[in-house]
Amino acid sequence: MDIYVLLKKTFDTEEKIVVSNGRIEDDGAEFIINPYDEYAIEEAINQRDEHGGEVTVVTVGDEESEKQLRTALAMGADKAVLIDTEDDLEDGDQYSTAKILEAFFEDKEPDLILAGNVAIDEASGQVGPRLADRLGISYVTTITALTIEEETAKIDKDVEGDIEKVEVPLPVLVTCQQGLNEPRYPSLPGIMKAKKKPLEELEIDDLDLDEDDVEAKTKTVEVFLPPEKEAGRVLEGELDDQVKELVSLLKDEAKVL
Amino acid sequence: MDFELTKEQQMIQQMVKDFAEGIIKPRAIEIDKEAKFPIDIFKEMGELGLLGIPFPERYGGSDGDTISYAIAVEEIGKVCGSTGLSYAAAVSLGASPIYYFGTEEQKQTYLKPLAEGKALGSFGLTEPNAGSDARGTKTTAVEDGTDYIINGEKCFITNASFAKTIIVTALTGKGDSGKDIISAIIVPTDTEGLTITSNYDKMGVRGSDTAEVILDNVRVPKANLLGDPTKGFKQFLYTLDGGRISIAALGVGLAQASLNKALTYAKERKQFGASISNFQAIQFKLADMAMEVELARNMVYKAAWLKDNQKPFTKEAAYAKLFATETAFRAANEAIQIHGGYGYMREFEVERYLRDAKLLEIGEGTSEIQRLVIARQLGC
Ligand SMILES: Cc1cc2nc3c(=O)[nH]c(=O)nc-3n(C[C@H](O)[C@H](O)[C@H](O)COP(=O)(O)OP(=O)(O)OC[C@H]3O[C@@H](n4cnc5c(N)ncnc54)[C@H](O)[C@@H]3O)c2cc1C
Ligand SMILES: Cc1cc2nc3c(=O)[nH]c(=O)nc-3n(C[C@H](O)[C@H](O)[C@H](O)COP(=O)(O)OP(=O)(O)OC[C@H]3O[C@@H](n4cnc5c(N)ncnc54)[C@H](O)[C@@H]3O)c2cc1C
Repeated sequence: MDIYVLLKKTFDTEEKIVVSNGRIEDDGAEFIINPYDEYAIEEAINQRDEHGGEVTVVTVGDEESEKQLRTALAMGADKAVLIDTEDDLEDGDQYSTAKILEAFFEDKEPDLILAGNVAIDEASGQVGPRLADRLGISYVTTITALTIEEETAKIDKDVEGDIEKVEVPLPVLVTCQQGLNEPRYPSLPGIMKAKKKPLEELEIDDLDLDEDDVEAKTKTVEVFLPPEKEAGRVLEGELDDQVKELVSLLKDEAKVL
Repeated sequence: MDFELTKEQQMIQQMVKDFAEGIIKPRAIEIDKEAKFPIDIFKEMGELGLLGIPFPERYGGSDGDTISYAIAVEEIGKVCGSTGLSYAAAVSLGASPIYYFGTEEQKQTYLKPLAEGKALGSFGLTEPNAGSDARGTKTTAVEDGTDYIINGEKCFITNASFAKTIIVTALTGKGDSGKDIISAIIVPTDTEGLTITSNYDKMGVRGSDTAEVILDNVRVPKANLLGDPTKGFKQFLYTLDGGRISIAALGVGLAQASLNKALTYAKERKQFGASISNFQAIQFKLADMAMEVELARNMVYKAAWLKDNQKPFTKEAAYAKLFATETAFRAANEAIQIHGGYGYMREFEVERYLRDAKLLEIGEGTSEIQRLVIARQLGC
């Protein structure tokens, strides 16, 4: 099977994030593989181990994304492709990414493409479905189980906590949800071997694309951090009074009622 | 000069950090409290190749370097001193001597399972009456046909209760100048006459196994002698030089953990209407801690780099061990102080860091012995 994984690097939202001049400060931010993409890598490796074939991880990013690709190789992927847009694309969006990936897949015949359900930074969940649409293949989002028999993928899809059972013919693009698997830690020998695995670097030029072709369709108006959580307040007094006070606070102060 | 870690080193750091925080950290308090060696964690570490970092692939290792290994020890030390010590001892003392001095056959038989993480190894040097003064070794190995018969007693041996092999130092005869010859011999722990008991009730590193080993007419083939039969003493000095880098790295881990906890707490804790991190008295403590952690880490990396580049590193390993372990103790002590009464309580963990850090100033050469080593290197 020819298996592809779409992955991207994101900053670690559990570390401190600094916003200045409407941008997230890159210096000092910790970058990781988007956690949902880790499920995709793990699943790809498991499917390959079961059915044979090859796993290629693809990212649209910059030079620094090599670290995340190498980590995927260390986990067990076979090949990596870095599409470096640093020089050509000021502010890409989901449209840009899907367009670039479409061009990348033009001469490929994937059986299975796995992506994360969402990226934790922008959380749009769009790149996977957009790409599938452009490639004219089926897609299933938020999957929590995947079995492949012959040319059919049997899938559990998470629908707000319930499960929908889906069967689709290959090729298919899926986006991976928590619960699908438990991503492995890359092993030490894996890390050492990763440096010998092929990592191809492309620019949009190599995909016959111009800057204009991939220009973003959206504009970022403002970037800001969520307001800091304020200290909670414990109400006091008789229970009845507390309830009344709570209701009036929700109405007048929090204005949620 | 280049102060950046390589991509592989960064990846190893990230992986070990994730593993330490995900698997070891949630159990660190329990490991200390129950003083129970977490053998299952070592199994997992073995599967990830952590026990074979500085050894080549042909001996079951991961083909990493000393810097990577030091990074791994630091990351584990940040969450659990007990696991960190047993890890450092297994690699630096249990396995490394076989890699440095073993024959090809010894490496295949004894190093491979250790590097692959399928078994643990120990190093038995210390005796009840020979600690800092290893020349005072009383254990003897007497030739008998094709065997050695070993008699003696070893104490404070890390991992021995869980080890497959113990490298035991013993007197094997006298040299031309009449001086005792001390050699190192690989003793499989299932050999008859070997008794291993771990009854120590320790102050810190309580989850690290520490055992007493009694050798009563233990018979092993002469082929188990490690390295040059006349240079045993020099060999284990070299082994200890390497081990010091890992103990230093463990110190850096504990010190960094102390700093992290203290800084977070100081920002949260309010007294006199302000976060205590606003008080200069607290700021100066944190500033000193941060500086010392960084200096210690740089010294560890330098010593490891020298070793990786086949340059002399005895003095630098002693600097690193001495400074990093004393830094760990100071940092843990200050972290408790910054936590006030809470720091004295187990659940805040900093008191454990202090107990664990204390061992680092004793094991693999006390702080005094490090100063002796440095002075000797200075030509005194
Ligand atoms: C938890 C733990 C794990 C250990 N693991 C191992 C292990 O795996 N393998 C192993 O072989 N050993 C191990 N040890 C033993 C450890 O290496 C020794 O405890 C250490 O070397 C000190 O020896 P000692 O305890 O006999 O103290 P001593 O040598 O009796 O020292 C007592 C004091 O005298 C000082 N002193 C001694 N000589 C001098 C001198 N010439 N000048 C100035 N001061 C001096 C020392 O610095 C120390 O302060 C372990 C110990 C512990 C506690
Ligand atoms: C075993 C034990 C027994 C105890 N017994 C009693 C008891 O019987 N009765 C009782 O009432 N209490 C008791 N205590 C509480 C003890 O007195 C307090 O823990 C102590 O006063 C410190 O207060 P704290 O823990 O709130 O630390 P904090 O006051 O929060 O101090 C945290 C750190 O900030 C520093 N700090 C605070 N303010 C400043 C400042 N303005 N400038 C510079 N540094 C500052 C402190 O020195 C400390 O390093 C006990 C505590 C323990 C651990």
